[in-house]
Amino acid sequence: MVALGPPARTLRALLRELRHLNSVRGQPYQDMAAYRYLMEAFRAHRVTSEKLCRAQHELHFQAATYLCLLRSIRNHVALHQEFHGKGERSVEEAAGVVGLKLPHQPGGKGWES
Amino acid sequence: MWRSCFRLGASGGSFPCRPCLVSAAPVGSGDQAGPLSLLRRSYAPPAERKKFYQNVSITQGEGGYEINLDHRKLKTPNARLFTVPSKALAVAVATEWDSQQDTIKFYTMHLTTLCNTSLDNPSQRNKDQLIHASMKFLDTDTICYRVEEPETLVELQKNEWDPVIEWAEKRYDVKLGSSTNIMGPDIPAKTKEVFISHLASYNMWALQGIEFVVTQLKSLILSLGLIDRHLTVEKAVLLSRLEEEYQIQKWGNVEWAHDYELHELRARTAAGTLFVHLCSESSAVKHKLLQE
Repeated sequence: MVALGPPARTLRALLRELRHLNSVRGQPYQDMAAYRYLMEAFRAHRVTSEKLCRAQHELHFQAATYLCLLRSIRNHVALHQEFHGKGERSVEEAAGVVGLKLPHQPGGKGWES
Repeated sequence: MWRSCFRLGASGGSFPCRPCLVSAAPVGSGDQAGPLSLLRRSYAPPAERKKFYQNVSITQGEGGYEINLDHRKLKTPNARLFTVPSKALAVAVATEWDSQQDTIKFYTMHLTTLCNTSLDNPSQRNKDQLIHASMKFLDTDTICYRVEEPETLVELQKNEWDPVIEWAEKRYDVKLGSSTNIMGPDIPAKTKEVFISHLASYNMWALQGIEFVVTQLKSLILSLGLIDRHLTVEKAVLLSRLEEEYQIQKWGNVEWAHDYELHELRARTAAGTLFVHLCSESSAVKHKLLQE
């Protein structure tokens, strides 16, 4: 009852996710252990004459779940960076929001010494 | 109320948030630090750390597969050696550690969190307590708990949730049913027994994963649908958030809240489901002889 689509599409999307993960490091994604494991698993389960091979469906479901995991983590981190990652403003910035400037006291604030 | 435990608040993300859930579980069993709040604080590492390693590799030890960060072996928060029984799980955890840049964002490493919780068991729950924790959600299961108005939402709930209930009733040979009663649906005791014995067939690690997924989706039946590969993660999350999606369609989507929560829920559910499958599978490769 699960509408997963063709396994090739899932595999391609997974490779795209792995490429995203590796894009910052500059190394080819073929070196990753995850890449090797996935390719091995997909190849191993391809050779079967059964149309309704249960193992193939299990693997495809696992791959689709892993794809969902990688994709959602990437989106979640991106959203966090964009909307929630800025942290608090400093005192100067907070004053600047309403057009004020902090006073310049050459002797330092009275209670600091 | 449960969701607020998981929000990335001012604390910058709490690494294993799950000790939050154990407020109902007995504490007196272990010799651990007294009040539960101390337990929570002492188990949670800092929210973000600088990345202190370059390479991640996997080795096979006696207890299972281990993760090495540079030359150091990865350990759990309770300083136990980090071993996993399944190679696929080890590869996935290694990929999580490998994909961190500059800072280690623990709140994105769901599989590592689940493994740590299974290895350490900080709330010290046994199998029965885990099963009981999951079964608690059945009494107010999301897809059995219906509204009476507005009409379109009632229709939507009927069309989307009824097929899943039918599937569960057929698959497990139980009686469920939905209700608009404020007390929730009336689940017969025999149904609960069937589910309890079904859950008892999973090992401890898989049960941690199942309990995690049930807590995320607030529905035992949806979690069983996921574990039995009847629903995809996206579909299960959609069904769990059905009313929210309905309101979003009506009133509009707020990216920094709705999408944020959606992706976080999807990530956690996917991690939990993957964890359960990888911990409860046993793979055997049968080579077919090529017919000449």
